[in-house]
Amino acid sequence: MIVAARAILRKDLLIELRTKESVPAMTLFTLTVYVLFHFGLDRDSLDGELASGVLWVTLLLAAVIGVSRLFAAEREQGGIEGLLLAPVDRTALFVAKAASLFVMLVMVELVALPAFGLLLLGPGLGGALPELVAILALANLGVAAVGALVAALAAETRARELIVPLLLLPLLVPLLIACAQASEPFLRQDQGPEDLGRWLGLLTLYDVVFVLLSVAVFDYLLED
Amino acid sequence: MYSKGLKPLAVATVASLAAAMALVFFYAPLDADQGFVQKIFYVHVPLAIVALGGFVAGGVMAVRHLRSGDPSWDVRSYVAIHLSIILGVGVLATGSIWAKASWGHWWLWDEPVLVSFLVVFLLYCVYYPLRFSIEDPERQARYSSVFAITAGAFVPLNFAAVRLAQEFTHPRVLDQTGGSLPGEMRLTFLVSLLAMALLFVTLWKLELTAKHAAMQLKKLRRRLDARVAA
Repeated sequence: MIVAARAILRKDLLIELRTKESVPAMTLFTLTVYVLFHFGLDRDSLDGELASGVLWVTLLLAAVIGVSRLFAAEREQGGIEGLLLAPVDRTALFVAKAASLFVMLVMVELVALPAFGLLLLGPGLGGALPELVAILALANLGVAAVGALVAALAAETRARELIVPLLLLPLLVPLLIACAQASEPFLRQDQGPEDLGRWLGLLTLYDVVFVLLSVAVFDYLLED
Repeated sequence: MYSKGLKPLAVATVASLAAAMALVFFYAPLDADQGFVQKIFYVHVPLAIVALGGFVAGGVMAVRHLRSGDPSWDVRSYVAIHLSIILGVGVLATGSIWAKASWGHWWLWDEPVLVSFLVVFLLYCVYYPLRFSIEDPERQARYSSVFAITAGAFVPLNFAAVRLAQEFTHPRVLDQTGGSLPGEMRLTFLVSLLAMALLFVTLWKLELTAKHAAMQLKKLRRRLDARVAA
């Protein structure tokens, strides 16, 4: 299973590397959304709750793009039949797709987070980087699990472009709550009291529930 | 096959609904600080509990469908979710009215149950576009079941998350509405809840019967056409 998953992941990353479709688009999108928020809120710099909310909403919206492109190569080039005919476990496919989404999110955040610090954030990112990285890692895991599931659910529908954001965003609400609340104290001018443990706990619970759930139901998707 | 016991069930529903209404208006005492407005509680809360129960039940039926491959479980799950969404509209409307009457606002973001319910409702609304944009019936049933299971598991998780987020600023907000009801109010509430649950089951059975009959009719028509053609 691990061999198959690694092979699919390698294929996905190679395609992404050659075509440069999703990651640059997602990154560009985050920058555009920062500009939109700057004008929409009419603020030159943000801190605290507002900064946390803008950052997380932007990242999750960028994730929507990645999720809706997750099965794009298989669909457009007809590779899905090849994958389904191959004698590999569906779980391997899920793991590979979630992992490739995870990698894409990390690549986007490598640009999006410093850009946020540069463009919008008042206090500066330096002081709380380890905590933010921990929150981002847990968040990416959750988004990757839910995203792979939603992408597979929407893959066979007619109205794919509609289904993905409508399905993904409500499912991400608990994750958004945990991430925004967890990172809020670290984005403040005067770093106030934090409640990191509780929110990281909620994030971990979310990740565990959705990873297990996705593994359990993924076998029933992309059958035939 | 679905219509078994529908008649006594319908009678029980009417009786318990009537009893619930009688209790609400003639037996339950007026609330000390909310007055008459508080009576919407006996509609709103049972509606919400039954709708959430229906969502979760839809998920459980979906599990049975995936386990057994029997498409009738998918229809059961679909009808349960469909009815719960309709009840959900009622929950949001009555909740909004209640909020306006007792707090002066149509919507309050610091009421965790209301907010969680909105998120769950928005998620379940996607059930229709998802289900009806898949043409192949077997695949439609399978994908709908996967959705129903995912969303069913999401319901408690979402409630926990929203509650946690509110607790930060508003501790123990639920205790005021649910925790300690005086005896007469509790009895009225329980009868209302029972009536609403019975109403749900009756409507569920009725809808299943109607769907089943329509399907049988289609089958018979097709056979008749085939015979005429031959």
